[in-house]
Amino acid sequence: MSDTVSALNGATFQGFVTVEDAGLQGMITLRGDLGSAKLLAAVTAATGLVTPSQRKIVSQGDMAVAWMSPDEVLILTPYDQAGTIAATLAQALSGEHGLVQTVSDARTVVRLTGAPGSVREVLAKLAPVDLSPQAFEPGEFRRTRLAQVAGAMWFDDTTSARIICFRSVADYVFKLLCISAEEGGEVDYFN
Amino acid sequence: MSTRLATKGRLLNTGKQIRFSFNGKQMTGFEGDTLASALLANGQMMMGRSFKYHRPRGPVASGAEEPNALVGLGTGARFEPNQRATTTELFDGLSATSQNHWPSLDFDIGAVNNKLARFFPAGFYYKTFMAPRMAWKSVFEPIVRQSAGLGRVPKDRDADRYEHFYAFVDIVVVGGGVAGLLAARAAGEAGAKVLLLEQTAHWGGRAPVDGGVVDGQPVDKFVEQLVRELHTMPNVTLRNRCMASGVYDHGYVLGYERLTDHAPDMNGPRHRLWRIRAKQVVTATGAIERPLSFSGNDVPGVMLASAVRDYAIDYGVSVGDRTVVVTNNDDGYRTAIALKNLGLEVPAVIDARASGGGGLAEEAHALGIRVETGKGIAKVLGGKCVTGVAICSQAGEGAVLEEIACDAVAMSGGWSPVVHLWSHCGGKLIWDDALAMFRPDVDKAPTGADGQGFVIAAGSANGALQLQHILTDAQSAGEAAALAVGAKPKHAAAPQAQARDEAMIEPVWLMPQGAGPKLRMKAWLDFQNDVKVSDVMLAAQEGYESVEHTKRYTTLGMATDQGKLSNINGLATLARSLNADIPQVGTTTFRPPYTPISMGAIAGEARGEVFQPLRKTPMHQWHEDRAAHWEPVGHWRRPYCYPRQGESHADAVAREINQTRGSVGMLDASTLGKIIVKGPDAGRFLDMLYTNMMSNLKPGKCRYGLMCNENGFLMDDGVVARIDDDTFLCHTTTGGADHIHGHMEEWLQTEWWDWQVYTANVTEQYAQIAVVGPNARKVLEKLGGVDVSKESLAFMEWKDGALADVPVRIYRISFSGELSYEIAVPANQGQALWDKIIEAGAEFGIMPYGTEALHVMRAEKGFIMIGDETDGTVIPQDLGLNWAISKKKEDYLGKRAQARSHMTDPKRWKLVGLETLDGSVLPDGAYASAAGVNANGQRNMQGRVTSTYHSPTLGKGIAMGLVLNGPDRMGEVIEFPGTDGTTYKARICDPVFYDKDGEKQNV
Amino acid sequence: MLILHCPYCGVDAEETELHAGGEAHLKRFGPHSSDEDFETYLFARENPKGVHFERWRHANGCGKWFHAARCTATLEVFGTYSAQVTTPPQAIRDAITAKRPGWSWRDVQ
Repeated sequence: MSDTVSALNGATFQGFVTVEDAGLQGMITLRGDLGSAKLLAAVTAATGLVTPSQRKIVSQGDMAVAWMSPDEVLILTPYDQAGTIAATLAQALSGEHGLVQTVSDARTVVRLTGAPGSVREVLAKLAPVDLSPQAFEPGEFRRTRLAQVAGAMWFDDTTSARIICFRSVADYVFKLLCISAEEGGEVDYFN
Repeated sequence: MSTRLATKGRLLNTGKQIRFSFNGKQMTGFEGDTLASALLANGQMMMGRSFKYHRPRGPVASGAEEPNALVGLGTGARFEPNQRATTTELFDGLSATSQNHWPSLDFDIGAVNNKLARFFPAGFYYKTFMAPRMAWKSVFEPIVRQSAGLGRVPKDRDADRYEHFYAFVDIVVVGGGVAGLLAARAAGEAGAKVLLLEQTAHWGGRAPVDGGVVDGQPVDKFVEQLVRELHTMPNVTLRNRCMASGVYDHGYVLGYERLTDHAPDMNGPRHRLWRIRAKQVVTATGAIERPLSFSGNDVPGVMLASAVRDYAIDYGVSVGDRTVVVTNNDDGYRTAIALKNLGLEVPAVIDARASGGGGLAEEAHALGIRVETGKGIAKVLGGKCVTGVAICSQAGEGAVLEEIACDAVAMSGGWSPVVHLWSHCGGKLIWDDALAMFRPDVDKAPTGADGQGFVIAAGSANGALQLQHILTDAQSAGEAAALAVGAKPKHAAAPQAQARDEAMIEPVWLMPQGAGPKLRMKAWLDFQNDVKVSDVMLAAQEGYESVEHTKRYTTLGMATDQGKLSNINGLATLARSLNADIPQVGTTTFRPPYTPISMGAIAGEARGEVFQPLRKTPMHQWHEDRAAHWEPVGHWRRPYCYPRQGESHADAVAREINQTRGSVGMLDASTLGKIIVKGPDAGRFLDMLYTNMMSNLKPGKCRYGLMCNENGFLMDDGVVARIDDDTFLCHTTTGGADHIHGHMEEWLQTEWWDWQVYTANVTEQYAQIAVVGPNARKVLEKLGGVDVSKESLAFMEWKDGALADVPVRIYRISFSGELSYEIAVPANQGQALWDKIIEAGAEFGIMPYGTEALHVMRAEKGFIMIGDETDGTVIPQDLGLNWAISKKKEDYLGKRAQARSHMTDPKRWKLVGLETLDGSVLPDGAYASAAGVNANGQRNMQGRVTSTYHSPTLGKGIAMGLVLNGPDRMGEVIEFPGTDGTTYKARICDPVFYDKDGEKQNV
Repeated sequence: MLILHCPYCGVDAEETELHAGGEAHLKRFGPHSSDEDFETYLFARENPKGVHFERWRHANGCGKWFHAARCTATLEVFGTYSAQVTTPPQAIRDAITAKRPGWSWRDVQ
């Protein structure tokens, strides 16, 4: 595993919020009929979690399941378990039309931490999304645009958010977040 | 001369002196000053010269509508031209320069234009363009170039930072005057989420200057109380120094927040562009006073009456010692009274109305001010400053009755509601004859996504000019907006203002009304563009009946102020000239932004390193460390070549190719698209997507495929690998990955939704490394772990394994014609495997090669490249790729189109190889000429070059091209005229230049 | 700049999250179709001033294609709906009729 490095390789930035590489993250794309009992059971068996409803993310410990679209979820696992869990899922779904694909290396996760309003501000500079606490609570999972690239975001709690983007633009997204979090750029908008 | 009064200005902190410079001269002002007020306080009335005639100009206004007082601000990387002195807050160290003059503000050679004014009438440019061509080039252009343009373009890269901010609210209230504050309170009390934007640094708008009593307290106290209340409301956000610059479809509002313009040393972004989505917009944008059109109304010292009042009350600045007020409405008297109360002289109020004014006029009388009714100004006396006015009967032609000495003139032509934001998104206006103004037609508001109106005008922006009307209108606007967003308005009574008896305005579009040509030629409508009453009349005379045409012909209402002062006077003049009613003539279209906003704000964070996304492969840093020369491919950066010390790019490319063909090279192929296609119908789906058959590909095998769009044109190509019975992995071109994935999803979601297929774009999951050359197998064998022998992994096969303990999938495919393995590895281990290959390949001299070597090697093999051989008009049949088009398939995307008559035309140009007779390299994109000319008299063409390179392998130039009947003309020599005058001769040949039998890749 | 409701993920997405895909409900013509049918399929578009049916993709979002019915003149949106239908659903037609009585689009009413 020493040869395995995340795209951002541990980068951090301290502005009015902290921006940091969330490190190696196991990720599995699962496409299938989200109404299928077999699929739902397979997800629960593999993760211990119940498949979330539209635009939600459920998590416990180091596992999470995020709703991506009506026929897709993203499963977050410890990095070194993704392969095994993907294989288990594929096995459980054999005979059913579906697609299980490990995508841990295709994407990058960045974490933001700071005062509740500040974390939201940094994201609101980049995404055309209502980031007010009333509109976007922890548990919500939103796919959108971060400046010029696609991404997804959610709040772990009021002081911490995570952002997923494609690996090739990890550096771009990290820099965007750093610029947005630069001292002096506080908006003092969310309360 | 203008000067600072002993009385303190309302907005000034006289305890804090500020130093600044104007045209290099050091001056001082106070905290709270604008640049304009500080300059006036220093006796500097003249602030610039006009655009066309270079006439000396001072400020006319005190706010955003200012047309004249435009300056260059700052120096070097912080220089910005065309900044309004009236909205520039003074700060320590501010440095301003006046514009549009040479050599100096006081003495300007361009002012000769003024003397030649009658030769520069409306439509000057249009008329000039019709003159003989030579006259334009040798006579007019040098003159126009010398004098054209406002300010100068900044030369340095902007040193500041900018950002965007997305906000979602129920209601945006635009304008922080009494109307906006009150509307915001009404909406906020109803529970709506409100964002209140005010363009200046202060709350209350005009009310504190104009005075009045609300609910028993002075209006400025009322404003303070409102602001305090709003600050305590958690659902209301107030932002000042933030102008709503435009209202757009579906409740989109742009706010332009100026964060550090007033304090450049403050850390943080200079401007923030608010990208707001609102359910309702309340435009409480106020009103702007109109100038009066009389001769000499542009002489420095002639100002709007409201501006004279603002400078006096807000900034403690007198524009002159003796100010003549000229008006057609009661508001002008406020200025006379204010000045008199400050101890300044008001020699006369010239009221154009024969019957005079109401309560305010009486008040002026009582203060001993001389009031002349039914009179007008025949002309202003003085050139660079006002020395007096000649007065006349408003009803006459300008016979002078009396000259009154004065050094300032305060003019009031009535008030125009600021309807810009109401109009941006389609709100209509009606002409109010009694108030002589266009105001919003409340029945024709801009409509949103639900088809309902989403903009409500409030206060004077809605035509309510008296304080009580403003308060009532604003209260109901705030409540109406709240109701529209589903909040619950309290239906409170509006605050009560003390009423005052006012006489009606009488419209005055020319002063005196019968002014002759001589006076009209000096009666300015548009100060910024030097458009006079005579110009608009000339336009009407020449047949310009539409106000939009007149605008363009005369330039009325153009440039940075967009006619804020000139619009109504201009179109009234046009209406009068056409003998039409004002509503018949109508207004020009109001377009965003309300006032100019910075390019930086529009760009936001998108500059420098994040100007656009730069996609990086897992080995990007390695390439960068080796000083790779980059080639942009989409948003990716790929190494073009890896030049060594002292090596040219061409040398590097040749070295990389020779090494690869001679021993072994390696390529970062990670950018190639990789899409998983899985499901019971995956084979059927790919048969529709590719021109050839994919469903019969055996697991473990690879096949090259072509993709066309429904127009039949080639859009992408790549190798498809069958993973298992219902899973395929499709490789696409680098640029095609996202696009082809989208293309697949589009057909699956919108046409064949009952087919059981899922796709996943896994391009970035894998780093892909091509190990290429006769020694490629030896390198992989050294790494160990996977049997890569010919028997175990034949050409066009793939297999999974662990190469040097790294999990890989190896494809035996070749784009170079050499023995070649493309190794896919989880991206996070890409660099590790890359390093191991380099280490293992060292004994074979392994080196990376770039995209140019890749291109040359594929061209040597006659392989096509999407984007070179194809350009969106080329079908596979043109490229001799019929072997990759299934004859058996009933259907595939593009099949029907390829049967269209134009597609089957035997005269379509076809792919061939081209070799120059002398071994030189053909110019890229060159066309082959043929005998004769076409209908346009141009030389006939018979082909063009699509790819052309120097081949180090063959030691000569090689090329591919599309040529008429090409494949039937082998050996024929055709000519390519170059852009340099030389003609290149090339022989038509087989496009495969190297290893025609494909023996090298199949070992 | 439009806002359209994505019927698949429920987001009111602004235009920068979306990708426009042109006219909706085109019928595909393949091999053996007449020149006229094929030409119409490839090139003939409605381009109305008024009621129009369009395809959009929530590209920077859930990735799904959907249909939108809107007025090209006022940008009023009558509704968005599944991409997996060949004609506008009745509920959408009713919504349009309520606002634009007598409308028609191709042979749809």
